[in-house]
Amino acid sequence: MKEWIARVARQREFMIFVIVAVVTVAMTFSSPHFLTTGNILALLLGLSIEAIVVVAMTNLMVSGGFDMSVGSVLAFTSATTATFLRMGMPVVFAVLIGLSFGAIIGLINGFFVAKVGLNPFVTTLSGLSLYRGLTLIITGGQNLAGLPRSFRAIGQPRFFGVQTPIIIALVLIILGDLLLRNSRFFRQFYYIGGNEKAARLSGIRVDRLKMLSYVLTGFFAAVAGVVMTSRLGAASVTAGTGMELRVITAVIIGGASLQGGEGSVLGSFLGILLMGLILNALNLLGVSVYWQTFVVGATLLTAVVIDRLGKLKNEGQLVLPRFRFARKTTE
Amino acid sequence: MADYILEARGMVKTFPGVRALDEVDLQLKTGEVHALVGENGAGKSTLMLTLGAIHKPDSGTILIDGRPVSLASPHDANAQGISIVFQELSLVPSLSIAENVFANRQPINRFGMLDRKKLHRDTSDMLKLFELDCLDPSTLVKDLSISNQQVVEILKAMSVNPKVLILDEPTSSLTETEVEQLFVNIKRLKQQRGISFIYISHHLAEVFRIADSVTVLRDGKKVCDAEVKDIDEDFLITNMVGRKIDNMYGVRAPTDAIGDVLFEARNISRGDDFKNVSFSVHRGEIVGLSGLVGAGRTEVGRAIFGAEPIESGELYMDGKPLSIRKPQDAIARRVGYLSEDRKSQGLFLNFSIKANLIANHLSDFTGNTPFIQESKVNEFSRACVKDYRIVSRSVDQELKFLSGGNQQKVLVGAWFGINPRLLIVDEPTRGVDVGAKSEIYALLRNLARQGVGIIMISSDLMEILGVSDRIVVMQSGRIVGQIDGKDATEEKVIAMAAGSLSADGGCEE
Repeated sequence: MKEWIARVARQREFMIFVIVAVVTVAMTFSSPHFLTTGNILALLLGLSIEAIVVVAMTNLMVSGGFDMSVGSVLAFTSATTATFLRMGMPVVFAVLIGLSFGAIIGLINGFFVAKVGLNPFVTTLSGLSLYRGLTLIITGGQNLAGLPRSFRAIGQPRFFGVQTPIIIALVLIILGDLLLRNSRFFRQFYYIGGNEKAARLSGIRVDRLKMLSYVLTGFFAAVAGVVMTSRLGAASVTAGTGMELRVITAVIIGGASLQGGEGSVLGSFLGILLMGLILNALNLLGVSVYWQTFVVGATLLTAVVIDRLGKLKNEGQLVLPRFRFARKTTE
Repeated sequence: MADYILEARGMVKTFPGVRALDEVDLQLKTGEVHALVGENGAGKSTLMLTLGAIHKPDSGTILIDGRPVSLASPHDANAQGISIVFQELSLVPSLSIAENVFANRQPINRFGMLDRKKLHRDTSDMLKLFELDCLDPSTLVKDLSISNQQVVEILKAMSVNPKVLILDEPTSSLTETEVEQLFVNIKRLKQQRGISFIYISHHLAEVFRIADSVTVLRDGKKVCDAEVKDIDEDFLITNMVGRKIDNMYGVRAPTDAIGDVLFEARNISRGDDFKNVSFSVHRGEIVGLSGLVGAGRTEVGRAIFGAEPIESGELYMDGKPLSIRKPQDAIARRVGYLSEDRKSQGLFLNFSIKANLIANHLSDFTGNTPFIQESKVNEFSRACVKDYRIVSRSVDQELKFLSGGNQQKVLVGAWFGINPRLLIVDEPTRGVDVGAKSEIYALLRNLARQGVGIIMISSDLMEILGVSDRIVVMQSGRIVGQIDGKDATEEKVIAMAAGSLSADGGCEE
């Protein structure tokens, strides 16, 4: 039992959970508006779209990958789905086509990374512009409103007072965490991120799985796009702008690294929750909105510094200097 | 002139929980090569790092030319004439030889810009020392052979005009010819420049080839020192390990029988890597695959495992065709491959022992569910730790905190875990202590005893001779001979492996 507690306490999730709890308690005392159903739901609804993307991004970053194009993919699927709906296509088909566009874009990203061997950052950075550009081309820069009522049934109803985007996000997070943490299939992504060559020699289908992780990321971005479009009842060409950085920030706060091999969906969710919480707190406390971006940066830096210090202490290791110090020759 | 160019007295260094150096003395005579040997964790590296002032000792005195000195930083150590050549190459591949040699201290002109002319002239002068003045100082380091990169590394250490050069496992990435060249270079520096060397090594054979005297460390203590001419290899092993190892390479019990043919490769080829390679492995047999570095042994091993393609030829298991195109096919048919480079290709260093032990057979731990069952993993991992004597705090300990020998035992455990019928082990004891080595040999023999066929690829001739039931020798991608383990001698195997090949010079670039 004691060992179990010690292990939980060492987890990155626990550290963020404690911070989330501290912020929550502090805010409950400092603002009467904080712990109200209305505020909490608004907070969760605000981060639900990004939370959906966080699930797949965690999986991708655990495998050592990286996707800068999620915000643009979201806008692209949103625009295409809305276009098809306005053409009178049945909701089911329009949604399915939108989702498959997300998956196909993921496949393209994955193909270039896993098969062609391009750098993930560069590949998906081009995607960031490509799909935002396509969105602008097909919409002519116009927002697309006037979507059918039956489509809005995805993102607008409430169950027990809770909006569906929150429910969808929570279900995906719980499912995603369970699978990535425990299932044999998804555990393989940790091995790929930990040491790709060794994973290959361990009989893991590295290329195929890497492609799949991009497909999932594209697909989840598309799911987020559909949910968001339905919620707003319109497709916006600027939807998801800058989202990739907020999502990646949350995943790193949650314990993942750019090298891969670590991270969890729960941690990433707590990461995005913490960011949302801090912004909500700043709002309620009447701090200027201009501070928000600054605080996100500070949170990320604090999280990785604490993590690094913890690791250094664990290892008790000394890092050799890369260059031997020597007297400068003066000429 | 004092007797000793460098003397360390009563060096003590503790890390949390470990006494890495315990009252260690070391004496280095002027112009000698002094070997420092011991198992991993014996304190060799710590001693080296304290002499180089990268670690600060808790107590102890360092004397240079008989005068006590205080070394506060690596800079001080360099100024006092101590320079270290690190094991891991610390060169910048995309910069030139000259820029690497004078890294951080390039000559500058009066405008504060690099004085390239002088830089190149100085570097050429230094290259002459190794008769490598055919190399252009502006050659990029990444275009050099490993042995010439090592020379650049040594030159970099030499550029501070040291009296004492400390070499840390300098031969770990060199081929036999390159080792030969390194030894020539060491002797030359010793004679022409009067430089004294501390030579840290795992390979005891090297000690006898290059060193004049030796100090043995064990568990942070100095066990003994001696003149090399007065001792033999058994003396060193006994002192390093602290017990006598009788049968280093494991024993074949009289009841160990070699069965029928298990595996056969017929005329497998791939381009220039290997051509028409045919050999068989019987049940319970350990076949040693020997040859010089570059003979194609690893390529054959990886090709059988499906990690690299085969262009033509067939594989057979139990007389039936064996189709392997990817590593996962091989594992499904219970063929395993233990990679030669455990750090970059074999293990997940940031992961726990148990995560590593199950990596190549995850499906054994799921029962009939999609989920990995922690209890099964723990049970298996604890059994492995016990059976293979993996020294660790718990199965949750990360692999990077284990010694090389224990890491290797984890890798062995992972591959024994697939219940192999054929296991290919590539350099199974590279960078492993003498003690752990003999344990790994015993494990391999034990596995063979259960009817498994083993192909052991190795550059260590003593290991090949000691362990193999049969030795297959390769040269330039072809099999050039087979010899029964009982009849094999060092000379016979070398004669086959080297054939009509002549040694390369140092200036092949």
